Amino acid sequence: MQGITKEYFGTRVLKGINLDIKAGEVHGIVGENGAGKSTLMNILFGMPVIHATGGFSGTIEVCGSPVAIKSPFDAMNLGIGMVHQEFMLIPGYSIAENIKLNREPTRATPLSRIFGPKLASLDVEKMGRDANKALKSLDLNIDEWAKVAGLPVGYMQFIEIAREIDKSNLKVLVFDEPTAVLTESEAEYLLSAIRKFSEQGVAILFITHRLHEIMAVCDRITVLRDGELVACTEASKTSIEELARLMVGRKLVDQARSHPDTSRKRVALKIQNLSVEMPGEAVKDVSLEVHEGEILGIGGLAGQGKIGIANGVMGLYPAKGKVEFFGKPLELNNAKAAIAQGLAFLSEDRRGVGLLLDMSIEMNIASTAMVNQNKFLKKFFIFSQLDKSEVRKHALDMIHRLDIRCKGPEQPVKRLSGGNQQKVCIAKALTLEPRLLFVSEPTRGIDIGAKKLVLDTLIELREKLGLTIVMTSSELAELRSICDRIAIVCDGKIAGILSPDADDTDFGLMMAGDYDARK
Amino acid sequence: MTQENKSNADGFSQRVQKAVRQFGAPRLIIIGFLFSLWLSALALKIPLPALLSDTLVRLGMNTVLTLAMLPSIVGGTSLFFGLPLGIICGLLGGVTAIELNLRGFPAFGGAILIALPLAIIVGLGYGWLMNRVKGSEMTVGTYIGFAFVSLMSFGWVTLPFKNPEMAWAIGKGVRVTVSLQGRFNNILNDFLQFSIAGVKIPTGALLFLAFMCLLVWLFLRSRLGLAMRFAGMNPKFAEASGINVNKMRVLGIVISTVLGAVGILVYAQGFGFLQLYQAPMYMGFIAAAAILIGGASLKSAKISHVILGTFLFQGILVAALPVANTVATLGSLAEISRAIISNGIILYALAQKGGEA
Repeated sequence: MQGITKEYFGTRVLKGINLDIKAGEVHGIVGENGAGKSTLMNILFGMPVIHATGGFSGTIEVCGSPVAIKSPFDAMNLGIGMVHQEFMLIPGYSIAENIKLNREPTRATPLSRIFGPKLASLDVEKMGRDANKALKSLDLNIDEWAKVAGLPVGYMQFIEIAREIDKSNLKVLVFDEPTAVLTESEAEYLLSAIRKFSEQGVAILFITHRLHEIMAVCDRITVLRDGELVACTEASKTSIEELARLMVGRKLVDQARSHPDTSRKRVALKIQNLSVEMPGEAVKDVSLEVHEGEILGIGGLAGQGKIGIANGVMGLYPAKGKVEFFGKPLELNNAKAAIAQGLAFLSEDRRGVGLLLDMSIEMNIASTAMVNQNKFLKKFFIFSQLDKSEVRKHALDMIHRLDIRCKGPEQPVKRLSGGNQQKVCIAKALTLEPRLLFVSEPTRGIDIGAKKLVLDTLIELREKLGLTIVMTSSELAELRSICDRIAIVCDGKIAGILSPDADDTDFGLMMAGDYDARK
Repeated sequence: MTQENKSNADGFSQRVQKAVRQFGAPRLIIIGFLFSLWLSALALKIPLPALLSDTLVRLGMNTVLTLAMLPSIVGGTSLFFGLPLGIICGLLGGVTAIELNLRGFPAFGGAILIALPLAIIVGLGYGWLMNRVKGSEMTVGTYIGFAFVSLMSFGWVTLPFKNPEMAWAIGKGVRVTVSLQGRFNNILNDFLQFSIAGVKIPTGALLFLAFMCLLVWLFLRSRLGLAMRFAGMNPKFAEASGINVNKMRVLGIVISTVLGAVGILVYAQGFGFLQLYQAPMYMGFIAAAAILIGGASLKSAKISHVILGTFLFQGILVAALPVANTVATLGSLAEISRAIISNGIILYALAQKGGEA
């Protein structure tokens, strides 16, 4: 692959990547979330999403001849196989049917002779035989006619792999975070299977966050960061620490700010043994203290549970554990109680949870305070009526204070840009006059200029209002630029708390879950 | 034309375009259709004042039923196809008022008072059910409505009413239609009625519908009403704001049921009969079609949609029949062409979701 560049809606996510893989080699690719790993692989595999968003530039050669991969079908014909991060299996079909999907061996029938091969009947016996062979080569002992639905996730992963090795002309096999859903023993088993394939002359691309796996199985390692190729080295010549440092890197040099020492101040929020059932972001056992007046960052890789913490405390997902807010116990699983105690939340799902998209800016800003604190209402005995002039006055004040760029307070929020929508969310939260503000992924989907404005607003809130802020973000650079302390979440638990100036290596190791093992 | 004039003209055409967009092209076309009906009525020498009077009477009769769609839509449970449940509660109130031998305004008021608690209880039950079938409220609601109408057919047969005005001559039960003559027939329509240029204005009915709309409008601006609107608009947002979404959905349904009960009594006073047994079956569809023509969607609706929609729907219904009758004198052909045209217009309104809610 030469000079691969890809833009999504004007944002460059890959910047001239060069990559070569030799036959029989296991090549590892590491990088943070959003570094461009999955995009690179989608290009190699010709996924429709790439062409639907304007294609890419650069060239791909297979065995020395340039090729154009327009669809996964082309990729398959060239002998490129992919084991996906999310399972691409049909649950209601049997294992054999899944393995053979769209490549079924067929037998001609009278119908197919007239109307073409699409109507040929399936050679069910051969399907079973082939599937069985593929499963055997993985030493997997299950009935090839069992339904995929209900199998343990580990098995599903192996079925994906079996599907790929069943392809007779396989030259390159891509594993996109294959071990993310596997248990440790399953993962080890998979790694040995990978070794076996490479000995058969198949080139393997192995993508993972888990650095020790990369070290264990790969011959060469490529590190991506922010869409750039940072390093490509022999596995024997590097170390986990070096990889961690390369992966994180220092992106923002904005360390002029001083971090006030809040450690001796009161504990604002005390979380003990919190577990949250949030799909895809499960929190398993988190204990954490937030000091009054600090900005605490919560970082970590996607799917590790960092987002679940704020959602759990705010009562949006079922949570268990003990949470105290300024010494008073906080009732969990009750959003109303959390708001009443003075907590506010900027959801990571801005458009889904944070805003009423069809409503005006002013009503969005006033909404939560209206319902929870009886603000912006005129009282008539037991009846209440919306006080429009009060809503307008407050909205104009907020628009001015937070510099929300809009046509006026009556504009529906769906017409605003991402950054301004985020500011409306901030205004809505501030209207509650909270003592602690949870902020999740505040800059997701916002362009770079607006990002800085949102972050500056957060700092200003802390400095002017003394607000305590807990900010969750996937972007470590962003956390490092404004937080006083950063807690890294790995596998639903706090892996450790670091100062923003801590070493890149430490951050990388914590995020990958290798910190304790190394130190 | 000078440059300035030109830019003024551009500005004007842009403003017109924007106004059309906000109002919605389908509504403009339907209004145009209604006017063309009126014009052809004039051309065919069908008395227009009579058509207009009829339209106003029907507007008064039907608007509260259409209004019953609104709280349900706003509360997040989509169109209220459980309307027959509310209607049956209203009918029960009506027959009970007659059984108690009430007449005039006490009969009408009494019927509403008796229907209210029934509608609230039925609404709570229906709402409880709707929270268990989230996502398919309309389908399930339609069948609940049908089932309840059929169930109540047994009910009407067995109710032990004695008043000879409505009981079957032999055995137990209530008749299929109960005349309101001497009870509360036209009680609202005749209240303060007057005529302008041959058009009779049913003042009482229009005042009553205005009053009901005002109540709903005030409710939607109260804290509870706002919470209900937020819950309907974005359940996740509401949940995060500490609003109990399920309760708000039930609240919307209860208000809708109550409005359905009141609505059928308003309808009955104009119609002159209480229609029992299978009659309530399809009334939900008429109300749903009316509010959709008015510009509401499955997720948002305003009171202006209710009034405009009922007016257009009933106006077309009233005007299309005599026009079609005169044009196509062959008996059934008139009815068929009327059905095709009016239902076609509804279909068009539903397919072309324009306008800004």
